Parts: sequence; structure tokens; C-alpha cells
Amino acid sequence: MSSLLKITDLHVSVADTPILKGVNLEIRQGEIHALMGPNGSGKSTLAYALAGHPNYSVTSGTIEIDGVNITELEADERARLGMFLAFQYPVVIPGVKVADFIRHAISNIRNPDRKEGEGLVGMREFRKEIKSRMEELGMDVEFARRYLNDGFSGGEKKRMEILQMAMLQPKFAILDETDSGLDSDAVRVVSEGLAKLSGPEMGVLIITHHERLLEFNPPQYTHVMLGGRIVETGDASLAHDLHANGYAAIRERHPEAAADNAQAEAAAV
Amino acid sequence: MSATLDIDRIGYSSEVFEDFLKSRSEPDWIMDARRTAYAKYEELLGEELDPEEFKRVDLRIFNAAKFRPSEAASNADSIQTLLANETEYGGQIAHVDGHSGTATLADSIAEQGVLFGDLQTLLTENRETLEPYFLQQAVRPDADRFAAWHAAFWTSGTLLYVPKGVTVDLPLHSLIAHTNDGVADFGHTLIIVEDEARATLLEETTSADSDASGLHVGCVELIVGKHANLRYVQLQNWNQKTWHFAHQGGNVDSEGSLQWTVVGLGSKLSHIHQDVNLNGRAATAEVNGVTFASNRQKISYYTQQHHRQQGTHSDLLYKEVLRDDSRVIWRGMIKVDPAAQQTDGYQRSDALMLSRDARCDSIPGLEIEADDVRCTHGATTGRVDEEQIFYAQSRGISEKEAMHMIVEGFFQQVYDRIPIEVVRETLSRTVQGKLGIEATASV
Ligand SMILES: Nc1ncnc2c1ncn2[C@@H]1O[C@H](COP(=O)(O)OP(=O)(O)O)[C@@H](O)[C@H]1O
Ligand SMILES: [Mg+2]
Repeated sequence: MSSLLKITDLHVSVADTPILKGVNLEIRQGEIHALMGPNGSGKSTLAYALAGHPNYSVTSGTIEIDGVNITELEADERARLGMFLAFQYPVVIPGVKVADFIRHAISNIRNPDRKEGEGLVGMREFRKEIKSRMEELGMDVEFARRYLNDGFSGGEKKRMEILQMAMLQPKFAILDETDSGLDSDAVRVVSEGLAKLSGPEMGVLIITHHERLLEFNPPQYTHVMLGGRIVETGDASLAHDLHANGYAAIRERHPEAAADNAQAEAAAV
Repeated sequence: MSATLDIDRIGYSSEVFEDFLKSRSEPDWIMDARRTAYAKYEELLGEELDPEEFKRVDLRIFNAAKFRPSEAASNADSIQTLLANETEYGGQIAHVDGHSGTATLADSIAEQGVLFGDLQTLLTENRETLEPYFLQQAVRPDADRFAAWHAAFWTSGTLLYVPKGVTVDLPLHSLIAHTNDGVADFGHTLIIVEDEARATLLEETTSADSDASGLHVGCVELIVGKHANLRYVQLQNWNQKTWHFAHQGGNVDSEGSLQWTVVGLGSKLSHIHQDVNLNGRAATAEVNGVTFASNRQKISYYTQQHHRQQGTHSDLLYKEVLRDDSRVIWRGMIKVDPAAQQTDGYQRSDALMLSRDARCDSIPGLEIEADDVRCTHGATTGRVDEEQIFYAQSRGISEKEAMHMIVEGFFQQVYDRIPIEVVRETLSRTVQGKLGIEATASV
């Protein structure tokens, strides 16, 4: 049976300001969903809330994986259950080598009961695995020895996110604008990388403003977020339509959410 | 002021000194030097300490009367060392409670005229060679009260002398240990690397008993000749009931290079002056500092990079991690003399605070009297970044493990500068131990 990520009536606040106002979404392993929406509509907020960022507090509603409520779990516990977020802005951790970081991460993911200080996955098999994954993604193996995201270009950081996804093999992956700020070569690498990795074992939520990523990874569902709600859901053609025509029609059809969104955008400036 | 001075609390009276002299069997020239130093010490005891310096380094609860040099040597067997068994050494020596044990030195090294072992014996046997260096150049007995105290009472020490042109490939190891409660040791380290010679010495300090209080008034003198190279590491790992005062000086002659790493993990309070003097043209010094303070530890380093000649280069990086209620003080100075044109001086101290109750004072400084120089300095103090923690957690790494990785990563930037693998590995392991990672692992 394939796993199910189920988000029910999710309300999320940041610093006591309500941002998400009742999000419903179901993602099955093997499915690709696109999440679109204008700036400030709450896409990243949903991504962070799913990953378990402590500053994004769920005020009501639930997040479940196969019926297990994970809403109160720490981010690392969620990751051990198969949740993965490719960050819009990956974090630099100086002095921590990519290889050490990923080796610790996969040791925890593959042995969810592991405690700090306990055994890590074997060095030899780990080296082999990361090397072949890096080659698949067209990455210089030297990167494994560099410090995590330290001095990396935007494209290198995004590729590092995809490498981590490849190594962690999550059940559910959320990609938050993984294709933004990249040149077209890098977008192609990331898109192809994702296409290779996603399959029947992975449910994917792609947050994007561009079409390229979706061309390589055609979504079965497209959701549109506005003012902290998912206001419309369609198929891949909805994504095409939004790329071609923008959000004016969506705003017209959902004036209340559009007003909320305008407020959020104004506040963000 | 001196009327109310309580000598027994702040130092050693002349009675203590006379008793100490009686316990030594040394040639007159050494005894005379001690007497001269004691006279200076008495004079300095009557003077106030530098108020600027000692407002941060609080000595109000220090009581010298609780510590005395120990009469007999203790057994070295029970002593845990971090470095002694980790690599192959060309020679080793241990000092316990201020008494030197027997030194070993590989024949192949001894044959080249290298002297290594107990300072008192070697000073006595090689007066002509060594007297001009001992407490004459890199550290002066009149520097302050603690330097004079040490010069009068030095108990034991490690001497390494490498003659001109000789390279010692294997590192040497020196251990300074305390075993008994209330012991005072005045250990001295004197390293002379003559022109075109090369050597590495790894030194560590330790307490066999975590509950025994101790006092170390130390001195390190490093003399690096022309085109010579010295790599020196001092890993200070006393228990948290030990007071540690030291003057440490390194003199580098033309085109010589000194790579000097200091590690401060232990002690109740330590206050160390670490000076590098770039005395010859194009001399270079690289200084690395690793400090990890916890509980109520106070660790203070006063560093100076003194450029005295043209084309000299110094580069200092200290990294400090503070936990609990600890306090770290770093006061760094780059001094450039008028003659030292085209010098390049760099200093930086970064502190990572793991608790709100810890306190760090970083005070960089420059005193530049030449006009064609490049000197940069900086100091940062920060906390562990929550976003780094969350990022690691989102990859399945627990908050605590993430915090530990971030701390290790913070130190990694200074480990990367340490040219000796066994030191890098030992430091990483020791820091993990202090972070408590091993404790968790053994559950
Ligand atoms: N960390 C934060 N602190 C304050 N406001 C935030 C934070 N994150 C998001 N917001 C606010 O939440 C709203 C939605 O933002 P976000 O989820 O980033 O939108 P999107 O990713 O769709 O552009 C915006 O009004 C934004 O200003
Ligand atoms: Mg966003």
C-alpha cells in the first residue's frame, strides 16, 4: 500500500499572525503535485509547517502520514518518518563537511531509533553510494569534502538539496522553488535529477513559478494558493494556464482570498 | 598598601623560598639566578597588578597558601593522557607534580646532537649552550609578578635543543601532570631550534584526579633560528580545580617559521600571556587557539604579535566555545615597530556562545608605528543559529546532535590550520568528549 500524506484544515501562524487559513491537501506516494500562487500566498509557510519549523505554529488542523498525526513532532522525527524539504534558501553550516552531514542524516533516516554517538552507516558503502549519486547529478565528487553550502553558488546549493533528497529517499518531498535563481543549465540538471528520483516510492510537492521543472515532472494535480488557502485544484493544464495568463482570473474568482493575499503582500513590503 | 599585603595569600614568602632552595641540588649559577628572580618577585608583589588586566581576571578567591611544591615525585602510571599513545614519537618525557621523569629519545635523533629531556639536568650539563636562552629572550623574569614567581621557583621542565641544520621528523611528546591535592608546579618548557633546523613538540597538561586542586605557574620559551621551523602544541587539559598562570613567548629569526597551537580546555582559571616576536626579516608565525569553557571556568588569553623587522608575517586565529556560566577573555594585540615595514599581521577571534549565562570579552588591538603595513583584525561573538539547527533537523538529525555538529564545525575552521593530523584528531575527540557525545554513546 502506498503511503498517504494528509493535510486537514491546517491553520498556521507565524509570530501570532495567521498565515495559513485552512489548507486541505492529500498527497500519495508516487504522485506529483504542483503548488502555485502569487508571492505571499503562503506556499513556503506550508512547506515549513510540514517540515516542522518551530516558528511556524499550527493553531488548528492536522498533518498525518498514514493516519499517524505528526503535527506535534519535531522536524527530525518527521524526517525519520519520510518527510523532506528542499529549501528555497539552503542554510550554510561552516566547518561541517557535506559527506559527514549526509552520513549522519542517512544513519538517522535508515535507523530511526539511532541515538547520537551510535553507529553510522558504514564508511565504505556510504562513499560508494554518495559517489554514484553525485555522478548521476553531474556533481564534482570534491563537493563531498567541502563544508555544507559554504561558498556554494545558488545552483550548487540547489543541487546539494537534490543530492540530499537522493540520499535520504524520502516518502514525501517538498521542493520550495528549487528552480528559482538558477540558470537554464542548472534548472535542467535539477529537473532531470528530480525526474530520475521521483517514482512510485515518492510523493512530490513542487512549489514553482517556472514551467521547466513541471515539463520534466508533469504533475497529476496543480493547486493554487491564495491568501493562505488552496483556492483551486486542477490538472497539469491549470499550471500551463497560470504560466500563460497569470493570477488575475484566480483573484477574480476568489475575491476574499485575493484581499487577504493583497494584505499579506503589503505587510511583507 | 603593602602594610596590609597578605603575602601568603597572593604568593610565596621568603621562608617558603628558602625552604624550596634547600630542597634543590643545583649549581650556584642556577641558585643565584633564582635568588635574583626572588628579589624581583618580592618587589613586584609589593606593587599592584595591572588594574586593566586584572579587573577581568579576578584573583580575589585565589589563595597561594593552599598550594606548595611537592617534595616527592608521584607515580605516573595512573595518568590519563590524550596524546602520549596516539602516534609514534621520537622522544617522550613526563613531569608529575613538578618532578621530571626519565626522558626517552631515539638514538637516531640523539646522534645528531639533539638534546631532549629534563631541563634542570640538561641546563647543568650544557650551561654554555643553554644559559643564554633560559629566561633571557622569549620570556623575561621581570615581565610581571607571575613571571618572576616562576623564575624563582621553576620546578621541572622540558628542554628541546635542535642544533643547526638538523631535522627531527618524528614529533616529541611532553606531559605535565598533577596527581596530589594542593600541589604547585612551576613547569618550564624551553625549545631552541637553531638555524635551518626543524622540530615538532606536542605538550599536554593533565590532572590525574579530577577533584585535586592544583596550581601551575608555567613558562614556555620557543626560540626559532634563521630558516628554522618549529611546530609546538600545548593542550591544556587540567581538571577544573587548577589555577594556571603562564607566560609563553616565541622568538622567530629571519625567514624562520613558528606554528603554534594552544588549546584551553581545562583549569578553574587560566591566564596566559602568549607573545610571538618576529625578530628577523621575513619571519613568520601562525597562532591557533582552541578554547572550550564550561561550568564556571574562566579562561583568559592575552596574545601579542610583535613585528620587529621588515617583511614579517603573523596570522592568529582563536576559536572559543562557551557553555554554562563560563567566561572567556581574549585580548589580542598586533604591534608593529617603525622598522617593520611591509609586514602583514592578521588576528581574529570568534566566540560561539552556547548559554545565555556565559560571557566572552574579545578585545582586539593594533599598535602600528610603520606606515607600509597590512594589518587586519576582527572579533565575533555569536550564538548557534536556529536556522542551522532546523536545517539539520529536517534531515533527521536531532537537535542535540545538530548543535554538536555545529560546534565541531566551528572548531573545524581552526583544526584545518593545524598541520599535525594526530592533534586534529585528538582535539576533535576531546571536544566530543567535553560535549558529552561519548557519554550518550555508552548508554
Ligand atoms: N518568518 C516569517 N516571519 C514573518 N512573516 C512571515 C514569515 N514567513 C512568512 N511570513 C509571511 O507569511 C506570508 C506568506 O509568506 P510565504 O509563505 O513566504 O509566501 P510564498 O512562499 O507563497 O511567497 C507573507 O505575508 C509573509 O510576509
Ligand atoms: Mg516562498
